[in-house]
Amino acid sequence: MKKNYIFTTIIVLSLAIITSCSTGVPPEALKLNKKSLENRQLQTRVFDTDNEEKVLNACVAIMQDLGFNIKDMSSKLGVLVGTKQRDATKASQVVASVFAAALTGQATPIDDEQKMKVSIVTNYMSEDNERIKIRVTFQRLVWDTQGNITKREFLSKSEIYKEFYSKLSKSLFLEAHEI
Amino acid sequence: MRKNILILLAIFSLIFAGCASTQERLLDSNQSQVELRSIQTRTYNTTNKEKLLRSALSTLQDLSFVIDKADYTVGIITAKKLNDYALEMTVSVSPKGDKQLKVRANAQYQNKPVADPEPYQSFFASLEKAKFLEEHNVQ
Repeated sequence: MKKNYIFTTIIVLSLAIITSCSTGVPPEALKLNKKSLENRQLQTRVFDTDNEEKVLNACVAIMQDLGFNIKDMSSKLGVLVGTKQRDATKASQVVASVFAAALTGQATPIDDEQKMKVSIVTNYMSEDNERIKIRVTFQRLVWDTQGNITKREFLSKSEIYKEFYSKLSKSLFLEAHEI
Repeated sequence: MRKNILILLAIFSLIFAGCASTQERLLDSNQSQVELRSIQTRTYNTTNKEKLLRSALSTLQDLSFVIDKADYTVGIITAKKLNDYALEMTVSVSPKGDKQLKVRANAQYQNKPVADPEPYQSFFASLEKAKFLEEHNVQ
């Protein structure tokens, strides 16, 4: 009888937990914060040119250099979108998985494949049409060997952006100014 | 005993047959269309569609979205934010009368449509901030 009572309590509690878990959009997801400004500075560079087409062409070349396929673009709005799919196997995960398999006799899933996406948006700096700002953003999805998504993330390492703009700056023969 | 199992099976199949088909989600018509439109739409006193679309692009980038698609003629932008969750958004800009433009945004969080007003209020507040910064030449 007592056992039954405990069992019912557990079920009621877990149901309460499940229903109380809010599945809505996190409140900060669509709000600007201090980090947004930092990210904007990290991801944006300004070039002294008035030729948006030339900038877009240079961006296409860099995207191709980096192995991205162009998925969408709008020259009128200065938008370029590209994706690439790559291997996501990490040696450390493989080793851990082999050890786990040896101990438990069961294979644990490891990261297998990733899809990376880049979007580049160019825009004239307000008023004077003599300078163009470029903002690039990256994100990726990672799948494990069982086909489950293990990572959904924005790529925010500053080295990525620095390297991207150093390449772009060389290709445009123009200096990249920070904002 | 066997009879009991058969009855159980019959009851189960009835329960499952009674379940609503998931195809209904194609039209997601459980909320008033008028209400949803008013939550998702704002009107701006400008006719510069290109500028408004570009502001929407920079707002989405400020909010850590990565752009999926953008088209000037139809006036749409689709973007996705990945941050342990997936939040997808489409923003459309279309004329309202001769002197105004309306911006409509709709979002999908994980696999569900977003119908609460708060996320849209936050998005439009961010858009207004971006527009203000651009108009006043602040970077």
